[in-house]
Amino acid sequence: MDLKLRVWRQKNRDAEGRLVEYDAKDIDPEMSFLEMLDVINERLVAAGDDPIAFDHDCREGICGACSATINGIPHGPQRATTVCQLHMRHFKDGDVLTIEPFRAKAFPVVRDLVVDRSAFDRIIEAGGFVSVRTGSAPEANTLPVPKQDADWAMDAASCIGCGACVAACKNASAMLFVAAKAGHLNTLPQGKPEKDRRVLSMVAAMDEAGFGNCTNQYECSAVCPKSISEDFIAQLNRDYLKASLKKCLMG
Amino acid sequence: MQNFARLFRSSLGKKYVMAVSGLILLLFVIGHLVGNLQIFAHPDVINAYAHFLQNLGPGLWAVRLILLITLVAHVWAAVELTLENKRARPETYRQDDTIQASYASRTMRISGFIVLAFLIFHLAHYTLQVVDTEYQEMYTTLADGTEVHDVHAMMVKGFQSVWISLFYLVGVGLLSWHLRHGFASMFQSIGLRNATIAQTLEKTAIGFAIIYFLGNALIPIAVLAGWVS
Ligand code: HEM
Ligand code: FES
Repeated sequence: MDLKLRVWRQKNRDAEGRLVEYDAKDIDPEMSFLEMLDVINERLVAAGDDPIAFDHDCREGICGACSATINGIPHGPQRATTVCQLHMRHFKDGDVLTIEPFRAKAFPVVRDLVVDRSAFDRIIEAGGFVSVRTGSAPEANTLPVPKQDADWAMDAASCIGCGACVAACKNASAMLFVAAKAGHLNTLPQGKPEKDRRVLSMVAAMDEAGFGNCTNQYECSAVCPKSISEDFIAQLNRDYLKASLKKCLMG
Repeated sequence: MQNFARLFRSSLGKKYVMAVSGLILLLFVIGHLVGNLQIFAHPDVINAYAHFLQNLGPGLWAVRLILLITLVAHVWAAVELTLENKRARPETYRQDDTIQASYASRTMRISGFIVLAFLIFHLAHYTLQVVDTEYQEMYTTLADGTEVHDVHAMMVKGFQSVWISLFYLVGVGLLSWHLRHGFASMFQSIGLRNATIAQTLEKTAIGFAIIYFLGNALIPIAVLAGWVS
């Protein structure tokens, strides 16, 4: 199949970026999107041009490294799929694809499609620790976890931290990411003791990083490659309210 | 105190302000509509009701003050959040797309600000009565002999103007549009929405917006059609 690509090219953080058009001829529909970019890059290198920089690692949808916005949708048109798992058969011959980086002030472009997502690491750091006993593994039944809670925490834990939620949000808000990470630990007995401190400092770190505010439109859940529910955002809203009021009233 | 200040400076704190102020305004506009629908009863009914409200004395001023503070808080949070949101994405997508966010949810700032302009006109029109000062001289006598301001006649005279009626239809139309998103959104903001009630909440929001609009639209339409005079 033949496609036309309009790819965001930007030399570094401070450089002006712009869309550059490329012809993508003879693309095998069975290729993944990133394999298609590999092919384009080989051709660019052969022609003496700079290859398109993009992030990737596992290429099996579990690491959260890959990131690109295709025609305005982070990770592209296929729901519950990372861009590394997206295949060219989902596009039609002759399609024009605009490929841009994830856009947010908190995710500065490093080069082309590569963005710096270390703001997420700072939020995780702010989340701090959980009180688990180290050393020999405890007897499994000493700390019962209701099935529902285990499932709920597992749903949250499936977040791969790719940042598509931020990229899709009309306001570049990181609420789905923060809500999943906080909700994961807050739901389990191991994470309960530090719950209030955790939500307060994670939200503070999120605000500090310059993400926007949630306006309850749920574009985040819609693009999330792991289909994480906006219900985690409601849970965070609730937990933050409780933690703040406790702090206000009881110091 | 410091902790309270920190709460209201945080992103989520401002969302709580948005939601709680939105809820208070929502309850007020529902009550306001129910009160106004008394125009379809005998003129004495709405005139007696208005007379009762105007004579609440300090109570009336307390309610007005609360509403004013609520509105200021709502608009303050709206402005703050909007500015922060604009700053959060300085470089926008060259090609943008939306998967499922409703059109109403994407135009909250516009609907909100036009509603604010409408609200100012509405207060000048019927509360301060400075748009048409003749309203100030309209009096009538209730069955029990009390002399009261003739609110019924004032509403009829107001809406007999096609332009004023049209402006009211646009104003309440945009307010209904605002509430189409706001109604369900406030539940999420304070953490009371989940997958089980999401569908019901969404349908209720749409249903509410339609009923609220029709209820309001009925008044100028009835006056223009001559059903109320
Ligand atoms: C009587 C008038 C009004 C009522 C009943 C009302 C009601 C509401 C409600 C219930 C919400 C949802 C709160 C939430 O998302 O948690 C809301 C949100 C909002 N309102 Fe209003 N509002 C009114 C006037 C205004 C005005 C005058 C403005 C603009 C200055 C405004 C701007 C907004 C904005 C920007 C949002 C946030 C939308 C979002 O988060 O997506 N509203 N309003
Ligand atoms: S490269 Fe690991 S998730 Fe796509």
